[in-house]
Amino acid sequence: MTVLSVVVFLPLAAAALLLALPRLPDRAAAWTWVAVAAVDFALVVAMWIGYENGTGVTGGIAYETHLRWIPSVGSGYHVGVDGLSLPLVAMTALLFLAGAIHSLRERRRVRAYVVLFLFLQTVSLGLFTALDLILFFVFFDLSIVGMYFVIAGWGHGDAVRSALQFFLYTFVGSLALLLGFIGLYLAADPRTFDMVELARQTPLDGRALAGALVLLAISVGLAVKTPTVPFHTWLPPAHTDAPAVGSAILAGVLLKMGTYGFVRIAMPILPEAWRSHAMVFVVVGVVSVLYGALVALAQTDFKRMVAYTSVNHMGYIILGLGAAGMAAGADVQAGTLAVTGAVTQMVAHGLLTGSLFLIAGVLYARGGTYDMASYGGLAGTMPKFALLTATAAFGSLGLPGLAGFIAEFQIFTGSLASAPVPTALAFLGILITAALYLRALQRVLLGRRTGPASDRFADLSAPEAFSIAPLVVLAVVIGVLPRFLLDVIEPAARTVVTLVAP
Amino acid sequence: MSGVEPGALLPEIALAVGAVAALLTGSWTPRRRQWVTRWIAVAATAAAVAAAAAAMARPAEVTATGGYALDLGTHLARLVVAAGTLVTALIAADHVAGHRRESEFHVLLLLGALGTVVMAGASDLLVLTAGYLLASIPIYALVGFGKDARGTEAALKYYLMGALSGVLLLSGVTVVFGAGGATDYATLAETLPAAPSSAVAVGTVALLAGLLFKSGAVPAHFWIPDATQGAPSPVAAFITTVPKIGALVAVYRFGGQALAGAAVDWPLFAAVLAAASMTLGNLAAFFQDDVRRLLAYSTISQIGYLLMAVAAARAAESALPSLLFYLAAYTVTNLGAFAVVCALPRARAIADYIGLLRRRPRMALSLIVCLLGLVGTPPTAVFIGKLTVFTAALDAGLGWLVVVAAVNTVASLFYYLRWILPVFRAAPAREGADGAAEPSGDVARWSAGIAVTAAAASLGLGVASSPVLGLLQSGALLP
Repeated sequence: MTVLSVVVFLPLAAAALLLALPRLPDRAAAWTWVAVAAVDFALVVAMWIGYENGTGVTGGIAYETHLRWIPSVGSGYHVGVDGLSLPLVAMTALLFLAGAIHSLRERRRVRAYVVLFLFLQTVSLGLFTALDLILFFVFFDLSIVGMYFVIAGWGHGDAVRSALQFFLYTFVGSLALLLGFIGLYLAADPRTFDMVELARQTPLDGRALAGALVLLAISVGLAVKTPTVPFHTWLPPAHTDAPAVGSAILAGVLLKMGTYGFVRIAMPILPEAWRSHAMVFVVVGVVSVLYGALVALAQTDFKRMVAYTSVNHMGYIILGLGAAGMAAGADVQAGTLAVTGAVTQMVAHGLLTGSLFLIAGVLYARGGTYDMASYGGLAGTMPKFALLTATAAFGSLGLPGLAGFIAEFQIFTGSLASAPVPTALAFLGILITAALYLRALQRVLLGRRTGPASDRFADLSAPEAFSIAPLVVLAVVIGVLPRFLLDVIEPAARTVVTLVAP
Repeated sequence: MSGVEPGALLPEIALAVGAVAALLTGSWTPRRRQWVTRWIAVAATAAAVAAAAAAMARPAEVTATGGYALDLGTHLARLVVAAGTLVTALIAADHVAGHRRESEFHVLLLLGALGTVVMAGASDLLVLTAGYLLASIPIYALVGFGKDARGTEAALKYYLMGALSGVLLLSGVTVVFGAGGATDYATLAETLPAAPSSAVAVGTVALLAGLLFKSGAVPAHFWIPDATQGAPSPVAAFITTVPKIGALVAVYRFGGQALAGAAVDWPLFAAVLAAASMTLGNLAAFFQDDVRRLLAYSTISQIGYLLMAVAAARAAESALPSLLFYLAAYTVTNLGAFAVVCALPRARAIADYIGLLRRRPRMALSLIVCLLGLVGTPPTAVFIGKLTVFTAALDAGLGWLVVVAAVNTVASLFYYLRWILPVFRAAPAREGADGAAEPSGDVARWSAGIAVTAAAASLGLGVASSPVLGLLQSGALLP
């Protein structure tokens, strides 16, 4: 039992404990989550410090555990981290810690709420560390189940309907994913679900049609979860009606499961298919970038706006990965840059959008609505809130000095050579998001107070400040001193690109 | 049966002896002490489980007369059937205790289980027929056990459909016998390829009609919703679970052994039936408000997934282990869901489950686990079943069927969620004195315990599926 398995299953153990103690007061349950999330995060930090740069998918996997689980179908309990997953594991642990602190103000059915989030934490960490397709799928599916209950149980508005829509959409995707995984399993010789072994075999190389079909199934599954256009329609309602912490986890962590799957599974295991169809991903990426930005521009609802910018931001990632596939043979350097940027973007988006959704929760707690027209002049009464909101928004639109810039700059630089026109088009996305964030800031923070009486608009409470601020601060740190992150990602990104290269 | 030591048939003997003992004891015991027969049934099924488990280590063999195969399929079927019957007897403890005909209930249950096991093991058309009749007639009576209007109607429907399918089965047996000149599968496998293919096809279809009726597959599924809704809940749990085990193993065995070389396009036939069953069952379940009707349609759709393994039988080695594992997983999960229904006898409609999580958290969690299990959510046992069945079907080149099954799985999610959601939702303000819809009015103790156990077992079998799958991997069916 390595430290990694402890990190993954500690939250679940805490959840089981909470279920077993029926007379626990709500406060104790909430603080249990904070404590567990803090311990988990500390362990991840320790893992990061002890991590020696691995070389990515084919080797250099740290903290590896490989146990027999269902040998008769070639599936095992295989977990480990490398430069692709460790940053996401750390981001996940931090975001759940922030969510735990933020949830200290939750008053409704706290114990069940905490148990669900602890469950989700195990599931998310498990997914990013899984090195077996079935293990990956188990966590992938369970994340849907957990989030469904979060939205249905603690959401607002038409939460039940949004939750159902979310479940149905992403479950369709997960089954497509499963079919793709079975396809990989049947193609491999000897048959196995082990990702490392499959990446070594690349079983579908040289079988164009089968490779394309399996890639299609896997991509549909991951694209629904990501989500990219045209599979994004479940996202706005799910985000709008979910509770604040639920939205933050959904956007920060669960969306990454899709993009992470592309880097971890689709590219290394199906390199030839990825290369031949890289253009499709580039196009889908660019369309997502522009469509997400334009629709976000049209929103008057703060949370919906942030939700649509997620479609935009995920588009950059897909663009970068697609461009890496096109670049691979010619220019490993550019491809590496694009993939590094894509993984950095996953981390940056998790931190920034996570904090923006928590901010939306603060807004809702004060005014009972997300409608930006109902607010105004909050900078005067809520300076801390205004500072964090502005920083997060600027980070999200890609201002230099913040994490989003580091990511997007690398994606664009890495993609420009191999896909010049799409990359140029995607640049417009930055312009539009800049416009929409500035307009949102102006509507909410500046101008004259409108709407409900101002005495309810107290500045951030301690749980709110201590949950949002660390995310924003870390985004600034990554923006100013990105090396500690990039040093981890780059070797793994280079391995992926070398694998995709012919 | 020389050549096979009597010990090899211990599970069947245990069930038969249990039935006779329960009948005799019940006849001479006053009503308030009829519970003795329940413990006879429990003891007989437990003994059958133990004997079946012990027998799994033995090498596969066929009885000397060739009528009964003692192989992996039979071993697993009698293990699961006996366990399912044991669970049913325990669930029923809350419902039939002190009933005027309590002993009859247990006798019929044991006989039905015995017939099901015989169906699974039959490698001869006449043994199969005997098993079919033994598995049918006691269950007709069980469905009408409540003697109320709904139960009587359900029993009558079930009986009429069953009689029709029985006649079809018999005529199918006759035609196949006429074409192949034998009734045992080993000989049929050699003679049927030379027989006129139209006769084989007609005989097979008629024969299958009977077996499909037992399993509740389309097009012989009409009785399921009414029988499930009209029968007492424990009986509903039994008829939607246990007879399927025997019927599906019998279908698999007949298709794989007797029809091995025949010119009938058996895999395609099974695949079409599979697709029809899952689709029709799912569509019909969509807007059911009565939970037992919903479960009834859900079981029709589950047969579809199980038939996928039958369709893949010829082309994929993994078809048999996947079928047997899915059967075991389905039995645990479906009985768990029914146990929850039995534990809350007053909650009949989905609306009665609103707020169950607050009031009965353990029942609610068990229900959620079992329903998500029926969907095939990992890491429950049915997920592993679906994974292996899908893999087998894809391996057999039935890609279209796997896609249909995946789409169906998503569709099924819709109605299972329709039931899960109210459980999770906060209960609205109590509606005045209308306590009838109060699900927590009384909880049947035995059923509640079974529900929790089954949910845990469904999860456990999924997470620790390895030993079971490994065991199933090794064997094949004998003719």
